[in-house]
This record gives sequence, structure tokens and C-alpha cells, in this order.
Amino acid sequence: MPEIILSIRNLKTYFYTYAGVVRALEGIDLDVYKGETIGLVGETGCGKSVTSLSIMRLVPDPPGRIVGGEIIFKGEDLLQKSEEEMRAIRGSQITMVFQDPMTFINPVLTVGEQVSEVITLHQDLAREAVQTKIDEIQEKIARIDPSSPDRQVLMERIKELEAIKEHPPKPSKGEVKKAALHRTIDVLKLVQLPNPEDVVRQYPHELSGGMRQRVIIAMALSCSPDLLIADEPTTSLDVTIQAQILALLSELKKKIGSSVLIITHDMGIVAETCDRVGVMYAGNIVEISETKALFKKPLHPYTQGLLRAIPKLHEDVKDLEIIPGSVPNLIHPPSGCRFHPRCPFRMEICDKEFPPMVETTPGHSVACYLYPEKKH
Amino acid sequence: MHFPIRGGVFGRAVGYVYAVDGVDFAVQAGETMGLVGESGCGKTTVGRCILRLTEPTDGDVIFEGKNIMDLKPNEMTKTRAKMQIVFQDPYASLNPRWTIKDIVGESLLLNKIASGETLRRKVLDLLTLVGLSEDHMNRFPHEFSGGQRQRIGVARALASTPDFVVLDEPTSSLDVSVQAQTLNLLKTLQANLKLTYLFISHNLSVIKHVSDRIAVMYLGKIAEVGPRDELFKKQLHPYTQALFMAIPIPDPTYHRRRVVLKGDVPSPANPPTGCRFHPRCPIAIEKCSKEEPELIEYGSSGHMAACHLAGQQI
Repeated sequence: MPEIILSIRNLKTYFYTYAGVVRALEGIDLDVYKGETIGLVGETGCGKSVTSLSIMRLVPDPPGRIVGGEIIFKGEDLLQKSEEEMRAIRGSQITMVFQDPMTFINPVLTVGEQVSEVITLHQDLAREAVQTKIDEIQEKIARIDPSSPDRQVLMERIKELEAIKEHPPKPSKGEVKKAALHRTIDVLKLVQLPNPEDVVRQYPHELSGGMRQRVIIAMALSCSPDLLIADEPTTSLDVTIQAQILALLSELKKKIGSSVLIITHDMGIVAETCDRVGVMYAGNIVEISETKALFKKPLHPYTQGLLRAIPKLHEDVKDLEIIPGSVPNLIHPPSGCRFHPRCPFRMEICDKEFPPMVETTPGHSVACYLYPEKKH
Repeated sequence: MHFPIRGGVFGRAVGYVYAVDGVDFAVQAGETMGLVGESGCGKTTVGRCILRLTEPTDGDVIFEGKNIMDLKPNEMTKTRAKMQIVFQDPYASLNPRWTIKDIVGESLLLNKIASGETLRRKVLDLLTLVGLSEDHMNRFPHEFSGGQRQRIGVARALASTPDFVVLDEPTSSLDVSVQAQTLNLLKTLQANLKLTYLFISHNLSVIKHVSDRIAVMYLGKIAEVGPRDELFKKQLHPYTQALFMAIPIPDPTYHRRRVVLKGDVPSPANPPTGCRFHPRCPIAIEKCSKEEPELIEYGSSGHMAACHLAGQQI
């Protein structure tokens, strides 16, 4: 069994508005294993994004508040952490890529300033600073005449620096800045931005949507996080650019070994990128399974309906099946199973009590009364 | 359609955005023509130009035998009763201070089709047609969900009994379960009322589901056009091929070859020379950067592509 890196238990997040209490998350359970890509899929307002904000402890308060549950990250409950401790975790151990890159990037800072800020905040750059100096001297050596006496002096200097590299002294502010910029260019190269040396001097508005999203991914991955949360990372991009970004994400994930939580409404993205997937409806996870099993045999009536409602590119469908009605209002959610007013298999018990999560086959769980709990 | 870029003190045109640059296509009566492309390729501008909501810089739009570019404003108003549009954003395209009855009934009043009690009855008929009921009539747009608003937009477009409706991304702001409802509704209406659709979307799966013929646009030009089944069997233009490969398929057991296009869509203010796709095309040859390919028919079924290397696989 792979190691569990993040474990959410009975998480409840409510929003207190003038119209009433919005029960955005009503007891979510979710495990994220080390190195896996897990998807959370659902329609607008089902609580996907609130889940990710809750993990980061970024739910706007007021009106939002996490009212119960636990979020265990590497053995510690994130909900018990102080704001200062959270700040050390955000951006280094758990990072996030948002839907719209422009709202996340600061428009008045250059790309270089922003990415290197993350790096300076979360990394010890002392060794990097020494390395930067060595690189600089080596460049100088390459430029000067090989017979010149200066060359010998510079070689000596490199040797000195190599010696202190293992236990470097505290670098000055200027040295840190230089080293961070150096690192930034490396990270931008990693996300395959063309001409990273020029991009660091540019402002976000000079970049295209796809390039901005690459910068955000660079920021998110610059500190090799344990968990990357990608909240609709490609929704604002065109399909050909989306294909680029998804390919990049899965390639970098392999390189760095982070776990990735992808939040999306697109079943296609789930099918192509995720190992496991959780389906959300109106503030609950209603089904969770390995991706292949879910698409092969969806159990929850909502998942079944959702999969049949998508127009398919690779097969012919005459008429799309529809889920009648629309997503319920979370101020007055339906009683019992929140899907029961739209469910074709509704039974008497469905509006009484929320169905418990039942594991039907190993790794495939569903919250629906159609699947009775096995008697032990 | 060329939009001027204004600059300087006197607002002189310093350049032009070639949003739509020499697009030719025909829509046959009773069919659904799908227009697909990425953002900024000019799909919406084409839709708006057809109704003269933006005046094209040059070119003709022939509707039912008449060139609507020659029509005077009052004649145009009459013609527009026969050609309608459903806009993309159901939140921005409905006047928030009007009731649903005002919104749907406006064109009936303007075209002097109905008034008073007949107007009320006609509006009710239209609302029933799109699946809304009588008690929705005196409500305001903010009381409706996105899917319902889009139904109101459809009812408004159908009020003046048009023959031709431009559907500009009618489902892209809707969730999948609601999208399916709207797509089914549009199909039923087309069959019952014998409508002709121009369906504009960036979502190829949706386009495939609704269209009889499909046109693929890239940077203000039509790259490929053809009957749906033909186009899905074999894509002639490299851009169409790449577009098909880029769509994520909701089936984890479905495997296919995928070529990921490099680079971004260039700016339409300064389009590349020759074929506009050549800087991103994986099989471009020298000729592509010099000569602009023309839209040529391959085979006899009306399958056309604008590419020097049409039919080659990327």
C-alpha cells in the first residue's frame, strides 16, 4: 500500500451569508497517496474549489469558515496550525495552480521578481550563491586569453569557492538575489518557456495565456512540493495549448515525484491524466475509484448520468441522455442524499438520511443506497 | 472583417486586426453548419458579420437570394426577423430590468406581429416551446439559472419565426448536465420548426454532436470544411488533425497517437506570411511560408482544405 500523504476526514466548510448558511462542504473524506494524480470532478458549485481552498487554509473568512473535520498532511493536522506555520507550508510543501493565471500573477512585478520571491522565501540559497559565483568566474575564464596571468588567479578563486561550498557562509542580500534569479531561469527552462533569460525581465501582460500558466506552474514546482493542487489549470486555455500544459504537468510530476490533485469539470482531462478520481455533487464526494474502473462501471446514478450527458468525440451518440433538473441550492440542500430529487432510482429511504460510503470492490467506494453495505 | 487599431493623438488607424480575412462558405437550408476554432480565430466575428451586427469591411452575405450588404437599415430590420442570434453569455445578453415577457416579446412588438393579449399568448407559446412555464413570464433574468436563461435567449431568437439562427457558443457557459438538456432542445426545435443553424463553438465534441457539416477556422481563415462524417474519418489539414488529437477523450482505455502543437496562436494584427498555420505546423515546407494556400475541394463530397500538403499526416 503506498504511503498516504494527505488525508481529509469529515471536512465541513460553511459560508455564512445574509441569505443563510451555505453548506459548501458537508463531510468530505479523501486520501491522496504519494506520487499519484487524483482528480476531483463535478459541476459548478459542487465544492471542488472549496475543497482545495480548505486544504490550503485559504477559505475567505468571513464569510467562509472550516467548521469541522481534519486535514492530515504528513501526519499533522493542518487545521491546528497557526497562520505562520501555514505560510511556511504553502508555496513549498503544498502549492497551487489556479484557473485564471492573470488573477494570480502580480501585474506590476516582472516574472523574474515573482518566481524568485518564492524561491528566496522557501529555500536556503547559500550553496546556490557560491555556485552562481563559480559559474560567473568560469564564464569569465572562457572569455579571457588562455595565456593571460589573470587566468591562474581566477582558477585559484574557483578552488577556494569549491572548498567552502559544503559549508557556505551566509550570503549577502545581493548574492541571494543573483542566485535566486539563476534558479528562476533554471525553473523556467524546466517548464519549457522559450528564452527564459528574456522572460524573467518581462511583465505578465506581455505573455500569452499558455505562457502565463507555465510561469505559474514554474512557481508551484520551484520548491519540489509534496502536493500540487491544480484547480482547473487549463479551463481558460485553448485545446491545443491545454494539451501542451497537461503533457508538461504529467512530465514534471514524474520528474519531481509530487502528488497532484487536479480539480476539473472535464471528464476527458480526468480520463487522460488521473490515476484515481472522486466525483463530487453538492458538497459531498459521492463516488471514488480508480479512473479505469469508474469509466468502465460507474456506480452512482449521478456519475452514470454525467458520463452519458457528455457529447463524445470517439463514438456516435444519437441523443444525449440528460439529468433532469439542475444543481440544488446549498443554502437549503435536499434532505438525505442530495441527489435524490434528480435521481431516476429514488427509493423511500433516499430523502431520509445521507447514504454512507460503501466499498463495493477494493478501491471503489460509493455513497448510494442502491449498494447495500455488506454484512460481516 | 478588419478592425482598426487606433493610436496617437488623432486616433488614426495605425494597423488592422484581420479578425476575419476572406472567409467563404455556404449554409444550406435545414442543415446545421458547425464553426469550430480556438479563441481569437474569428468565429464570433463571422457570426456577427452575417447579421451585420458588426459591419464587414468588405464582402457579401447572400441570404435567401438577397445580398444583405446592399439593404437599407429599415429593410435590414425586416430581414433580421428571419435571421436571429443566440449569444454566448446568458448573463450579459438579457436586460436585467426587463421581465421575461418583455424580453421575449420585444421582437414581436417591433415587427408588429402581435400586441396585447395575443402577445401574451404568443410569448407563452414560445416559453412552452423551450420548456418554461407561465409563471416564469413576469420574472426577471436574475431569478433564473444559466440553463434557463439560455432557454430564454432561444425563445427570444425564435419569436420572430426566423429561418436561420446563429448559435454563438450557446452551451459553453453551462455545466455538462445542463448542456445536454440545451443541445437536445436545440435539436428538437430544429426538427419541428425546420430551422437552419450556424453553430459556433470551440468544443469539437459538441460540434460533432449537432452538425451536418463542419468548418474549422484558424486565425481568421477557414482551414478545412466538409461533411461531418467525412471530416471525422479523415482530416486533410494539419491543424484539424492536431485539434482532433488535442481533445481529451473521456475514456481511459482509448489510446491514440498524439502530436502536441508547439507555440501559441499568433496575433491576428500581424499574421504570419503564407499559410497562417506554418510556424506551428510540424510538416511545413518552404512553400508554406511564401504562398498562401487556397481552399480546394478534395473528392466530390464538398470536403475542402486550404493546405499545400492537404491529406498528409502530421
